[in-house]
Amino acid sequence: MPRFLQGGPWVLTAGAVVLVAAAMTLAPQLFTQRDPNAIAFLERLQAPSLSHPLGTDENGRDIWARVVHGARPTLTAALSLIGLSLVAGSLAGLVIGASGRRSDEILMRVTEFFLAFPQIIWALAITSAMGRGLVNCVLALALTWWAQYARLMRGQVLAVRQREFVAAARALGQREWWILLWHVLPNCVSPVLVKSTIDVSLAILLLAALSFLGVGAQPPLPEWGAMVTIGRKYLLDYPWYATFPGLAIFVVVLALNILGERLRDVLDPTSRSPARS
Amino acid sequence: MTLILRRLPLLVVLLGAISAAVFALTQALPGDPAFIAAGGGDATPEMIAHARARLGLDRPLWVQYALYMRNAVTGDFGRSLVNRKPVLDDLRTFWPASAELALAAITISGVIGIPLGVLSAVRAGRWLDRLITPGSVFLGSMPIFWLGLMAVLVFYRVLDLLPAGGRLTIGLTPPSAVTGLLLIDALLAGNLVVFIDALRHLILPACILSLISLAMITRVTRAAMLDILHEDYLRTARAKGLSETRVVLKHALRNASVPIVTVVGIQLG
Repeated sequence: MPRFLQGGPWVLTAGAVVLVAAAMTLAPQLFTQRDPNAIAFLERLQAPSLSHPLGTDENGRDIWARVVHGARPTLTAALSLIGLSLVAGSLAGLVIGASGRRSDEILMRVTEFFLAFPQIIWALAITSAMGRGLVNCVLALALTWWAQYARLMRGQVLAVRQREFVAAARALGQREWWILLWHVLPNCVSPVLVKSTIDVSLAILLLAALSFLGVGAQPPLPEWGAMVTIGRKYLLDYPWYATFPGLAIFVVVLALNILGERLRDVLDPTSRSPARS
Repeated sequence: MTLILRRLPLLVVLLGAISAAVFALTQALPGDPAFIAAGGGDATPEMIAHARARLGLDRPLWVQYALYMRNAVTGDFGRSLVNRKPVLDDLRTFWPASAELALAAITISGVIGIPLGVLSAVRAGRWLDRLITPGSVFLGSMPIFWLGLMAVLVFYRVLDLLPAGGRLTIGLTPPSAVTGLLLIDALLAGNLVVFIDALRHLILPACILSLISLAMITRVTRAAMLDILHEDYLRTARAKGLSETRVVLKHALRNASVPIVTVVGIQLG
């Protein structure tokens, strides 16, 4: 077993949850035979039972099937948001960290500007102008999110460039850009990776919140946040509707957070929270 | 103070940039607002031209933007496309409720978070301290909008302890608006019935909302206290024979209060 997973039962359980969520994303048919969008008005708003383990919604659609199929839009949106920000931000950070003092100063002000953007309000503004939908939400958030990675990466690059092996590579006559890509970059990635695992869970919560506000995923797409929104109308009489999609968000986010904390302990002991040092 | 003055221009630039970005996006959109304003479908070209002139859409782009900014700065936010009321009126109606909720939430998270942070710093490594990190990860993993629904489900439907929503029970006359904050207005009017009713409506959303900042405030308090607890002047205070509570609360907490006040302020926003 990799050292990463040797963190006790919680870490193992979290790993299992993430695996199941990944499987649901890749092959939802494994978990349910039902069509998440099959409408059956005769069976609307039924309580959980053997044939519908999580009950049915206002159109008689099976909530378990919708939760299973909801993994794909929910998780791919979060992953692409973090992926986009991670790549764009790291490259920007690499360039900022490698550039001179003057341009460093200017570029840092630029990232500060993006960091100060209130994310939810910005996403609401973008979606009101460009149209609602998960893709626009992801783009709107990525437009501000990259700056966090850029700053982290820049700090790493500045620190790593002082190390002896970089001086050695320079003394060997290697080119500056080659040193950056081959020697500096690989030594900068672990805190960035740690941040990105924890950020995926933040991204799920934020995108679900936007779907809950009605500007993210649009019906009939089975996205977890959007399902909670519709379920809210039926909350008091049909409580299972809003409960289970929200529970799915909670479980996956919790699992990702546990893994993220564990990954931080293994990869990046320096930034460990003072509670455990 | 100078810091605030230095930050203000940045804020103005930021607001300007967001408004410009949104303005540019609405321009880039397909669809003609004048066509919609003229009634859509069977509007004649004359009607559309008239609507365009009325809305000022026939002027150059930068003039439109300047007008939009001038109106916004003077407090004219236009009319809502949904209910046709001036947006400012809507803001006036709903702002006190939001302010009351935010203030209540930050009060709760401060009142719980600061003592919790102090305790876990004083007893670093003991059970309370070791619960705080997992606890904040656990709570932080819940989608807040879902947690709110679940709380309504439990406290209203299952336990029937608290109302499900709104600010006052229908039928109660709200106190005359002095501050707009129901709790304070009710107290000023000496109306205890309304006060308790408003409190019962406020407590659940405020508690849920306070969870967002609770973890943050606890962690910052703990870190600030840990930094200070080993200082020499605390040893001096102890050597003077002051009780441990007094040392912690008067000498340590007061000196740790700068980051704590900062984070409470940030969380309020």
